[in-house]
Amino acid sequence: MIKAILIFNNHGKPRLSKFYEHYSEDTEQQIIRETFHLVSKRDENVCNFLEGGMLIGGSENKLIYRHYATLYFVFCVDSSESELGILDLIQVFVETLDKCFENVCELDLIFHVDKVHNILAEMVMGGMVLETNMNEIITQVDAQNKMEKSEFFPFFSLYRHLSFSLPGRTGRHSPQEFGWYCRCTCSCCICRKEHEPSRNAQKHQHRRHQHKSAKLTLLQIAA
Amino acid sequence: MALKIVKGSIDRMFDKNLQDLVRGIRNHKEDEAKYISTCIDEIKQELKQDNIAVKSNAVCKLTYLQMLGYDVSWAAFNIVEVMSSSKFTYKRIGYLAASQCFHESTDVIMLTTNQIRKDLSSPNQYDTGVALTGLSCFVTPDLARDLANDIMTLMSHTKPYIRKKAVLIMYKVFLKYPESLRPAFPRMKEKLEDPDPGVQSAAVNVICELARRNPKNYLSLAPLFFKLMTSSTNNWVLIKIIKLFGALTPLEPRLGKKLIEPLTNLIHSTSAMSLLYECVNTVIAVLISLSSGMPNHSASIQLCVQKLRILIEDSDQNLKYLGLLAMSKILKTHPKSVQSHKDLILQCLDDKDESIRLRALDLLYGMVSKKNLMEIVKKLMLHVDKAEGTTYRDELLTKIIDICSQSNYQYITNFEWYISILVELTRLEGTRHGHLIASQMLDVAIRVKAIRAFAVAQMATLLDNAHLLTGNTQHSGICEVLYAAAWICGEFSEHLEDPMATLEAMLRPKVATLPGHIQAVYVQNAAKLFSTVLCGQEGAPADSKVAQETSQLLIDRLPVFVQSDNLEVQERASCILQLVKYIQKLQQKDVEVAEEVTALFAGELNPVAPKAQKKVPVPEGLDLDAWINEPPSGSESEDEGRKTKGKAVFAKEESRHTKPRYTEVDEKELAKRREVRKAEQANNPFYIKASPSSQKVYQEAVGVEHIPVVQIDLSVPLKVPGMPMSDQYVKLEEERREKNKTDRKKKDKKKRREKGRQRRGDSGPESEEDITPAHMVDIVTEEMPENALPSDDDDKDPNDPHKALNIDLDKPLADSEKKLPVRTHRPDEVLKSPIEDAEGLEVTSEPKKKSRKEKKDKESKKDKEKKKKKHKQEEGEDLMEAGSEEPVQSKVTNDVAAQPPASTPEASDLDFWLSNAPVPSDPQEAAAVTDAPPASTPDAASGVAAVVPDSEPEETKSSKHKKKKQKREKDKKKKHHHHHHHSDGAREESVQNGTVEDEEPLPPMSNYALLAENSYIKMMKQDADEVCDIQGNLHDGSQVVVSVIFENKCDSFIKSMEFNVMDSLNSKLQRPEGAGPHDSLTVPFHLPPGISNEARFIFSVQSIVMPQKLKGTLTFIVKTEDSSTHEKLDFKLHFTCTSYLITTPCYSDAYAKLLESGDLKGSSLKLEGINQPFHHLLARICFHHHFSVVERIDSCASMYSRSIQGHHVCLLVKTADQTVSIDAKCDEPGLLRNVLDEIKLTFSQC
Repeated sequence: MIKAILIFNNHGKPRLSKFYEHYSEDTEQQIIRETFHLVSKRDENVCNFLEGGMLIGGSENKLIYRHYATLYFVFCVDSSESELGILDLIQVFVETLDKCFENVCELDLIFHVDKVHNILAEMVMGGMVLETNMNEIITQVDAQNKMEKSEFFPFFSLYRHLSFSLPGRTGRHSPQEFGWYCRCTCSCCICRKEHEPSRNAQKHQHRRHQHKSAKLTLLQIAA
Repeated sequence: MALKIVKGSIDRMFDKNLQDLVRGIRNHKEDEAKYISTCIDEIKQELKQDNIAVKSNAVCKLTYLQMLGYDVSWAAFNIVEVMSSSKFTYKRIGYLAASQCFHESTDVIMLTTNQIRKDLSSPNQYDTGVALTGLSCFVTPDLARDLANDIMTLMSHTKPYIRKKAVLIMYKVFLKYPESLRPAFPRMKEKLEDPDPGVQSAAVNVICELARRNPKNYLSLAPLFFKLMTSSTNNWVLIKIIKLFGALTPLEPRLGKKLIEPLTNLIHSTSAMSLLYECVNTVIAVLISLSSGMPNHSASIQLCVQKLRILIEDSDQNLKYLGLLAMSKILKTHPKSVQSHKDLILQCLDDKDESIRLRALDLLYGMVSKKNLMEIVKKLMLHVDKAEGTTYRDELLTKIIDICSQSNYQYITNFEWYISILVELTRLEGTRHGHLIASQMLDVAIRVKAIRAFAVAQMATLLDNAHLLTGNTQHSGICEVLYAAAWICGEFSEHLEDPMATLEAMLRPKVATLPGHIQAVYVQNAAKLFSTVLCGQEGAPADSKVAQETSQLLIDRLPVFVQSDNLEVQERASCILQLVKYIQKLQQKDVEVAEEVTALFAGELNPVAPKAQKKVPVPEGLDLDAWINEPPSGSESEDEGRKTKGKAVFAKEESRHTKPRYTEVDEKELAKRREVRKAEQANNPFYIKASPSSQKVYQEAVGVEHIPVVQIDLSVPLKVPGMPMSDQYVKLEEERREKNKTDRKKKDKKKRREKGRQRRGDSGPESEEDITPAHMVDIVTEEMPENALPSDDDDKDPNDPHKALNIDLDKPLADSEKKLPVRTHRPDEVLKSPIEDAEGLEVTSEPKKKSRKEKKDKESKKDKEKKKKKHKQEEGEDLMEAGSEEPVQSKVTNDVAAQPPASTPEASDLDFWLSNAPVPSDPQEAAAVTDAPPASTPDAASGVAAVVPDSEPEETKSSKHKKKKQKREKDKKKKHHHHHHHSDGAREESVQNGTVEDEEPLPPMSNYALLAENSYIKMMKQDADEVCDIQGNLHDGSQVVVSVIFENKCDSFIKSMEFNVMDSLNSKLQRPEGAGPHDSLTVPFHLPPGISNEARFIFSVQSIVMPQKLKGTLTFIVKTEDSSTHEKLDFKLHFTCTSYLITTPCYSDAYAKLLESGDLKGSSLKLEGINQPFHHLLARICFHHHFSVVERIDSCASMYSRSIQGHHVCLLVKTADQTVSIDAKCDEPGLLRNVLDEIKLTFSQC
């Protein structure tokens, strides 16, 4: 079971929090702070697992995280989840975000938390993994966005101008580059069989070791 | 209309939307809270409007604010409003908000039930999807109960998108509403084979989650999962399944055996590290579960260790971490294979990643040996010095102590070294683990008598330098050490070189700044020291002045403590102060007081095992739950309160009472027991003889004077405060070993010269045994109460929500259960009183009975004749099937008809599926499978789980002979046949698997015995010993549960089955209350043609020493279209002594202790001409006689079992050239004799 999914930035500001068990708002904030504290003091090149903080179940739970430029993606899971599997899931999550937002950056997450929640809901439901196939997730998210649009069809263009537009495939046509995260080639092959290899998987393999120093334009703006 | 919408949306332009809110917050960094509070006011205004668009916008903003930590529960009703919008856009916003902030105590949730139900049945799949997603986060028991049916319907939705969500959410529903599990489970199982991979994966997910908590209920799904595992290509699903198998194998070692091969294949073939890792993990779990029964898996272990080494050596820190983690699992059972990678693990200790260092530390624990302990600890001490960060340092400290103290200080050869290590550790500043060090010091000083002198010297130094420890950090935990130091110096003050100095150190004014409990110990031990000092001084003549000075010292210093604000300190100090004053008075009168003062502190403290208290058995005849005084009848609620309270008080008191009981056993009795035990040990083959010295100490333990004081090598400087000394020990130790080695070599050479050729080559690496401890040190074992139970079980958390889901899923659904209960109240147990049932049947069958009576008589006569003829004809065949009539008896009591009929086809499928794999079955595991421990009587091993439809009416009575082999063959055939119908796939798998196995397969064993059979019905005794509640049985007699399978073999309906057994003195069928002793029990089901079902009957047994045989009758009515006849079938129930044994795992140390205790009587048995492999032999004993293997070394194994009344039965099985000798021990000789006879019989038949 996944107990919680947290996204916060390098300063500990929450960008998304999803708890699959109930905590009071105060406790939730404390958990986020504690988790940030645990995760942020770790070096870049250490392993991505650590024991959970006291507030969220202590050593029974594991924190599995990935650090992408300015953001930490942290999954708090219990022993029934495979550690490497969850790492892959985070990867899938981020890739999906990237596709849905087209070159996602922290700003996207800041201003569109609801959309991120909707995407996450297609992957994890009630603490259990619902779907790991990126294409399937994107199909469903797109279909729902389309439905939203169709509900406002007569005034769709108007709404777009009122900054009500939904992130979708329209708009920016920048080349699909997501050089800001690592495609972990050695430990994470979980999605290989299901998904066709990502468009520039080859590139990523080479980029794996440079990703941390790579320039991250969009995310730097956000910071 | 359109205009209105336009107007609405233009209104909206002036509202802030989420983006505006976020932007605003970012622009108001300095007064964020104020800004947000104005925003919340705005939101409140927006929520008051009617426009749903405005409302949903407000709710959307609230969701964001919730994430920032603001409580938004006040808007719960508005959230519900938005949820119920017909527009998907708003609905989604509403559900998202609900999923973020609703929980079980949100009261508006109950308003949502109908809305959610509507959404679930919406034609739009995304409405349904969004509702399911939301519901998964805030489902309550009420919602779960009300919506369970709707969700179950959705599990068969046409759209896979909905199906997978519905399947997943069922897990949450089960948790909140456990009653839904059984009705929903068949459909959940179907979904495992759903064509859509997403749905399949969801189902696997849910079942894995369920099975993780209650694995034994899901064992029967193993074949299905096995199939999935070999066919699926989805790594995510594979990982889940493999993890699940990891949880199942401990319950069923046969499963593990079957898994090893496909898992090994996966390990070799997969490229996904995550999958590889989980495979390795599960293989480890399998090996752990097999380790007791089957060694010979070195290849698999090697493979695992090899793969893990690759992971650990990888540059990826994640893999390194996981590799170490898995390695530590292997370590527990196969330490040798891990030890060879010591280099790698020590290397990891230097890793920059703390998580990895911690994991490596875990591993080190198991890698130490006598030889390398000092070296490893030295390395760790270096790390302690280097470590920054207190957490890691504390972790190191605990690990050092763990490593050294493990298995009773097994690896410590030099305790002086260990004490110095502990002293060195006290120099750690700011550690939280002072108490840990302290307890180690105490433990070592108390239990290792030889080290006391050294320990006391060291502690005296510590006390002298106490200011170094306390420093300014008063609340640092390290001052705890002083507690130990003071106590040791006081208690063993006779070893002190200069007790006066120490006494002085203990009474320094600075002591008053220590924590209260430490001061208390100081004061008390100062008194002890005082007595020692007095002794010394009065020994020397005419030193009364000095003695008086000592008293004066105490009188001067103690008042500080009398003023302490700690009660304990105050009390002790004032007591002792008065005492000393009195002593001083006496001294002034020149009275010799030393002896009397010493008497105050005479006596030795013995270490008591930590669990000793828990293991004190409840004495016979003491019922802890019985009232001592009947409670006065009062109002019920009051009673309730008192009851719980009373219990708690009672439990506490009880534990207090029991303690002295054992210390009070009088000396003579003890001595006598000890003598007996010693005599027994002397010729006990099981007894692992301790070194003679340890025995000596045990004897001498009574007298304190005879403490073997060991010569301490004084080349070691004793007092170097603040300087590490342990290194010197390391060096010394090396020198000593070197010397020993050369000595040995010399001896060897001599020997060689004398004897010419000696087999032993030049000793290569030093072996463990070669290392002799520096001092002969006896470690006093901790005391345990007599008759301590060998079990080690710890209670599980009673509050676990998953406990409610511990539901047997293999039982067929009763009609009433087919549908989910939609009642408002939790359904009561669907139990019908057996009496009622019986009565009802009686009434209906009575008239028929009478009218049919004559006819029936005739028929039965005919029948009998027929039977006789047929019997002759078919004897051969019949014999094969018939159950045996071994002298077996048991007490059986009546059926609790309420027991829902448990059909076993599923379980027996699994049995078959598993038994094809040649594995020695551990009966305990099998027990978990079949829900009743298999206890086939040795002769009745015919495993007819299902019966081939037979056109010819077969008639049999139980027969006394059997040709086992034939029978087995036939059984096998039948099983195959049967299985074919059931699960083709699984069978193919298993057959394949069976052929691939290289090891010699074990003959299949089963636990069904044919009880009786006629043309209508067939009864099979599945088993004769399930014990409902072992604990309970230990106290109040014993219960034996017999499962009987009834199978209808004719074409007509069989009803009104009544089961009756003639009670014997010893055993009784348990009948429902109010029934007479000869009344029969109604079997709680009817049998349509060709159907079989199982009923269980509970028997109560008094003496289990003798085998038992009970006669019984089954009467039933056969109903055809136009008539019905009353029929009868006689049978005999046999209960071997074996069937009273319960497979109980036993740890080897508990086992050794048990044998040591000397309460067991021995007996032995020799079997000639056994030519089956040893592991078959063991498996056979395990399976048929319910033993478990404690330890196996080559062709010798020790086995253990326990009777339902708590008798221990221990076997030592040895084999050599077709001869098997079994030495047995048991505290009940009669039982043992019978069990041995039965074992003999088992083997005489093969």
